[in-house]
Amino acid sequence: MTVSLRHDAPPAGPRAGRGRGPAQQSRASRLAARLRRGGLPYLLLLPALLLEILIHFVPMIFGILISFKQLTLFFIRNWQGAPWAGFGNYRIAVDVNGAIGGALLHSFAVTCAFTVLAVGFSWLFGTTAAVLTQDGFRGRATLRTIFLTPFALPVYASVIIWSFMFQYNNGLVNDLLHNVLGITSKPSFWLIGHNSFFALVIISIWRNWPFAFLCVMAGLQGIPRELYEASAIDGAGIWQQIRRITMPSLRAVNQVLVLVLFLWTFNDFTTPYVLFGASAPSPADVISVHIYQASFITWNFGEGSAMSVLMLLFLLLVTAVYLVATSRRRKHG
Amino acid sequence: MASGTLPGARPGSSGRPGRRARRGPGRRHGTGRRYGPGRRRSRGLTAPPASFIWTRRVVLTILALFALVPVYVMISSSLKPLQDVTGTFRWIPSPITFAPYHDIWYTVPLARYFLNSLIVSASAAGLSVAVAVFAAYAVSRYGFRGKRVFTVAVLSTQMFPGILFALPLFLIFVSIGNATGIPLYGSRGGLIITYLTFSLPFSIWMLTSYFESVPRALDEAALVDGCGPFRALFRVVIPAALPGIIAVTIYAFMTAWGEVLFASVMTNAATRTLAVGLADYSTQNNVYWNQIMAASLVVSVPVVAGFLFLQRYLVAGLTTGAVK
Repeated sequence: MTVSLRHDAPPAGPRAGRGRGPAQQSRASRLAARLRRGGLPYLLLLPALLLEILIHFVPMIFGILISFKQLTLFFIRNWQGAPWAGFGNYRIAVDVNGAIGGALLHSFAVTCAFTVLAVGFSWLFGTTAAVLTQDGFRGRATLRTIFLTPFALPVYASVIIWSFMFQYNNGLVNDLLHNVLGITSKPSFWLIGHNSFFALVIISIWRNWPFAFLCVMAGLQGIPRELYEASAIDGAGIWQQIRRITMPSLRAVNQVLVLVLFLWTFNDFTTPYVLFGASAPSPADVISVHIYQASFITWNFGEGSAMSVLMLLFLLLVTAVYLVATSRRRKHG
Repeated sequence: MASGTLPGARPGSSGRPGRRARRGPGRRHGTGRRYGPGRRRSRGLTAPPASFIWTRRVVLTILALFALVPVYVMISSSLKPLQDVTGTFRWIPSPITFAPYHDIWYTVPLARYFLNSLIVSASAAGLSVAVAVFAAYAVSRYGFRGKRVFTVAVLSTQMFPGILFALPLFLIFVSIGNATGIPLYGSRGGLIITYLTFSLPFSIWMLTSYFESVPRALDEAALVDGCGPFRALFRVVIPAALPGIIAVTIYAFMTAWGEVLFASVMTNAATRTLAVGLADYSTQNNVYWNQIMAASLVVSVPVVAGFLFLQRYLVAGLTTGAVK
């Protein structure tokens, strides 16, 4: 709808420019008033809209188109010439008994487990830290800065640091678990085998919990102080205040926060890619890297696009269900 | 999950109210009505119980350690000679050497990567904010048809998996390049356009909430005085919302500085950015961990400094958005 509406915007441009001349003040203000009712907002939105369409919507539609094509290495120079595959790519992707479909299902399951763990703990750590730092105490500002540091570091730099810490011979984690605490009898591999999944989860939590902290902290500032004062007069202790006032008041913030964390974590490409390279070990083979490998390493872009479309459909479904469910609960609760 | 309670919140809450109730009335007359501006923002009227204080100390210490240990590892390892980072991990670097900070510039062309990242991120941030200012002004000051569709559509782009449009965008850029001769693929320009749209949705959202906190009466007065809407925007609204604009600029810069997927698909040897270039240290025969840590520190300094400077604006912006 927006797309068709903004067609009346371009003619407004030159008129708005001319109307600003100092000699035509009264006419200019009349024009401005008319433009304000009509085209001006669309003119203001035009650059943002064009860019979003060019970089997000057109490629997305194009990607959906490719998913119906047999776009392999042979056709990459001339992608228009690639033969149509109908739903062939999709059939291969959802055929869980086939090699490609089975691997995709495994990758999907890994991603879900990874997302649930990483989002759950990020939310828990962030909320705990925000609620505990709500009152003023000495060193609170310093602590806040410390907590936000992981989020401020560039993602790839943090992942590189963690990959150093997870090294077999010279890493901090093995030194801590094996030499210092003596929990493990011998050093473990963290970046291959089963542990790689947990390495990925830990890094994702480390990276994202400060964001949860930041959002909840902002949400806490919106709670009126009178609520706490009234409840204190009525004899509520601090734990009760947290349970009865703080947590319910955070519901609106949490609704958005959990959704954003979910989408970020599910779509996260940087962390697994920098940690493992283009092919992740099977226990940590999350879907974004899996699709990247299917597209850019095996050069089967049609198949990769079909997988991405399925992933987008899944995200749309989850988001819709989540928004409906949480909004209904907020209304009733 | 969203409405869950904190661990430890339940056990402590039994039995406390009684003690609090006894203390309550005595204090009520003293501090109950004191709303002085200098008063610390605090939850209750009385000091929290010891159980809360201790939970707070323990939990916050653990979280601070969790946040800081990797940062410490980065700093301490960047000061070690190579043989000390290839052997068993040592907490205290000895001997300390600053050689890695010298060597990083020669092992890989770090200066070129750095310059590329700087050009791409600064341009993307500047353009993104310029575009977002106009869009946010329209959304906050005008009612028009399709406004909701616009805001929802723009925010929904945050949901797209990057991998879905990485390849099509790559093909589109290559095609545009072949058809018109404008080199978007492999150039900084293509990366700048891409990155600027990544930060755009959040920038528009943040700036809209900042602009709405600027009283409408201000720019309406300017319009009455004969300013056009653009003059009102530049003379009144933008100066009043400057902290928000700074915050959004830094955010956009950070987004571009840290992006990896599109940087790896769309750059070549000449335009490679830090996000991809840092991997060069470990593809050599020897993994120069001390240099990698030094380089990580060097590339983090601009964004960490910016972010820590920005954090109070960011919280303020999120708050105005949340209160609405």
